[in-house]
Amino acid sequence: MSITITVNGAEHALDLEPEMPLLWALRETLGLTGTKFGCGISACGACTVHLDGRAVRSCTLPISAADGKQVTTIEGLAQTDALHKVQQAWLAHQVPQCGYCQSGMIMAVAGLLAQIPKPTDGEIDAGLTNVCRCGTFARIRAAIHEAAGGNAVAS
Amino acid sequence: MKPSPVVAINERKNARGESGLKRWSRRAFIGAGTVAGGGFLLGVAGFTFAPGRHGLVSADAAERGQLTTWITISPDNSVTILVPHCEMGQGTLTALAMMAAEELEADWSQVRVQEAPALDAYANGYIVRAAGGNYVPAVMGRGVDYGAYKIAEWFGFQVTGGSTAVRSTGEYGMRVAGAAAKEMLLAAAAKQWAVPLSDCVAKGSRVSHAASGRSDTFGALAHAAAAQPVPTAPALKSPDRFTIRRTSPMRLDIPSKVTGRAIYAIDFATPGMLYAAIDIAPVYGGKLLSLDTTPADAMAGVKKVVKLDEAVAVVADSFWRARRALAALKPEFSDAGHSDVSTASIFSAFDQALGGAPELPKEAAKVVTADYRAPFLAHATMSPMVCTAKVEGNHAEVWTGVQDPLNARSVAAKALGIPAANVQVTNFLLGGGFGRGLPFNFDYVDLGVRVAKAMSPIPVKTIWSRENDIQHDYYRGAALSRHAGALDANGVPIAAHSNYTGGGNGEAVFMPYAIAATNAKEKKAAHPIRLGQWRSVLNSQHGFFKESFIDELAHAAGKDPFQFRRSLLGNQPRFKAALEKVAALSNWDVALPPGEGRGIAICESFGTIAAEVVHVAVSPAGRLKVLNVYAAVDCGDVVNIDSATAQVEGGIIFALSAALLSEITIKQGRVVERNFRDYQMIHIADAPTVTTAFIRSDAPLGGLGEPCVPPLAPALANAIYAATRIRVRELPIKNTPLKSA
Repeated sequence: MSITITVNGAEHALDLEPEMPLLWALRETLGLTGTKFGCGISACGACTVHLDGRAVRSCTLPISAADGKQVTTIEGLAQTDALHKVQQAWLAHQVPQCGYCQSGMIMAVAGLLAQIPKPTDGEIDAGLTNVCRCGTFARIRAAIHEAAGGNAVAS
Repeated sequence: MKPSPVVAINERKNARGESGLKRWSRRAFIGAGTVAGGGFLLGVAGFTFAPGRHGLVSADAAERGQLTTWITISPDNSVTILVPHCEMGQGTLTALAMMAAEELEADWSQVRVQEAPALDAYANGYIVRAAGGNYVPAVMGRGVDYGAYKIAEWFGFQVTGGSTAVRSTGEYGMRVAGAAAKEMLLAAAAKQWAVPLSDCVAKGSRVSHAASGRSDTFGALAHAAAAQPVPTAPALKSPDRFTIRRTSPMRLDIPSKVTGRAIYAIDFATPGMLYAAIDIAPVYGGKLLSLDTTPADAMAGVKKVVKLDEAVAVVADSFWRARRALAALKPEFSDAGHSDVSTASIFSAFDQALGGAPELPKEAAKVVTADYRAPFLAHATMSPMVCTAKVEGNHAEVWTGVQDPLNARSVAAKALGIPAANVQVTNFLLGGGFGRGLPFNFDYVDLGVRVAKAMSPIPVKTIWSRENDIQHDYYRGAALSRHAGALDANGVPIAAHSNYTGGGNGEAVFMPYAIAATNAKEKKAAHPIRLGQWRSVLNSQHGFFKESFIDELAHAAGKDPFQFRRSLLGNQPRFKAALEKVAALSNWDVALPPGEGRGIAICESFGTIAAEVVHVAVSPAGRLKVLNVYAAVDCGDVVNIDSATAQVEGGIIFALSAALLSEITIKQGRVVERNFRDYQMIHIADAPTVTTAFIRSDAPLGGLGEPCVPPLAPALANAIYAATRIRVRELPIKNTPLKSA
């Protein structure tokens, strides 16, 4: 059975098991390795991508659920030559340490800002459940506020 | 288990306030040559001498370590600095490049950094020279001319750990290399222009001569500079002339980490590569007894079921297919005779080994006793363990992520029964380290190359599941510590003793306080759980024990915990300054509303003193909220202020997850926890603000990756006590109900 998904604007027909998680199709079939494998049970969010504009965890999402839909990965987040505003805020606040969770973190935050353009701290707490083992949370919070154009908190 | 070299080096005598600086001496062996295209390459091996600083070093290896540093200046005026350490997000590559560029007087915007390949020439013996063995003769070559540079022998380690990169490689390698290169560039310019050397100035990757108005780039002078005599003791800049250090340039590894382009071991791919999923004996030491491979054999994409001594792997054309087929198998493993081992049995053995409380002086007016316990912990790096290998005849290529590529190479060679020289290791960015990637923790390389050998010559990427990772770690040891202390009639402590199990050393148990009698004794109680080094190593348990106990003594004396500690630090100016700084930073003296509390703790580790205050609120129902953490850190001096601050923040959050939530428990000899749902860590909603202050002292550079971990748990437990009068003596804190009586 062939599944058609559009990834970062390019259409792909995938001849794979429909239950294969989107994560592995992205990483191994399409070679988009920016999206990471962390836990395989939707607990950590390292695999976060956008499905029709909404943040989803791709390690448990079967590719059949993405059939006919638009997928955006970290590689396609910036629509122009300039980085996406979340990526720019990440640079300004020097957020990443090891960086392994940050693709998923940035995609989750971009998804959050698409839903709530100026989130409060409480909305950030409720809406962002990704894990970062290096402990970059304070910088993430400051960078979210900056990307939202709000009162940026210095990191 | 085999004694770990990293533990050994950490068992150095505590500095106890001595700077040690005057006793260090340095001899640098420098060599220079040219590289293809007319550039300049310079290398330094600094032999450091540190009498008394690392007391455990064996006699023959004593006082000797190697550090290597290489700088290349290209005709296009770019400067490339090869760093023999691994980037785990701690900012090592940037900080070390800054130290070289500072002395070189390079234009920072023209500086590039590269992680050195896993070659013997980049071995750094500093951290692990106590290990002895694993002798690797020098290997020269690889397209560069090492010139006159030659060192008779090497230890085969290239480690990033023990918070050593900046204070060893940086201080004794990078700085010397940068300074030597600058002197050679100056000499080349003076000769070309026939002007006095002393009138030439290097700045911003140029050499200039003011009187004649001549000026040229480093790149243009590089070829001639390489032919200059190599200075053996180049002059280093005094700190007041630093222009790159003590600033906050952007970390060089960050841009690729916001675009998804950063490459970790799991991202590597090579043509024809297959994928393996693995199931390892659930009890450490167990063996594969039986396996019916038929359920997997016919499944889509499966190439082979590989039986190993202690594991079974399914190799397939995708990782997901390999995992699916593995899940269909029911391998039987032996339990190595440990089926009766549990967390309870281990702590029961600890308790028996400790016996009664330590004896106290007869003149005690008031006695305080307490037991503290700390659980096993996993590293749980965000990236699971990954090893790709291609084995062909008696040669192998390995692509992985480790904190020591050279030891990984030895492990691969041993597993395959081939010479280490026949193994080529390529190391990638680490998706977290925290000690998991240190030498002697390379089971994933060992297993990975054996799986690949079964598929030879096809390259195979073995990816560990999170369950593999949580259940087959080299754990931070569980520990139980039994304390007894005494106060005199004035509330002054006259004794603070402890007996502990689970390991310890002079640094970890050291208390800086002026207490007449302090005696910490280790009691042995063996168990079969596999242990390793976890961020801050033994300090992670003992920081909690000793700084909780001193707090209990303060409260027993009816004194403020900050003032009580301060009154005992008269002979420890660095400790006292850090403690006072953190108290001021946290507004220690300003009263808090009911239900809130502050706790304080201070620990020295890896040459750095870290004092922390935690501010908490506890609701009447027992719900804990960590509001703010304050840290005052004396690591001598700071290279990159912003990335150093990030290490403080990160260390505190890492320690907070462990203090609040994380534990590995054992049942029937196996690890109970499986994934992030039961091996828990905090999220952004639980993350406090962190306020950091660095104290610049005259002490030698201390580490930063680890030292902010140990004070967090005790400061937190002490804050909970201040808020609730409930004393937490067991980690993680989630196991102690905090509901007020």
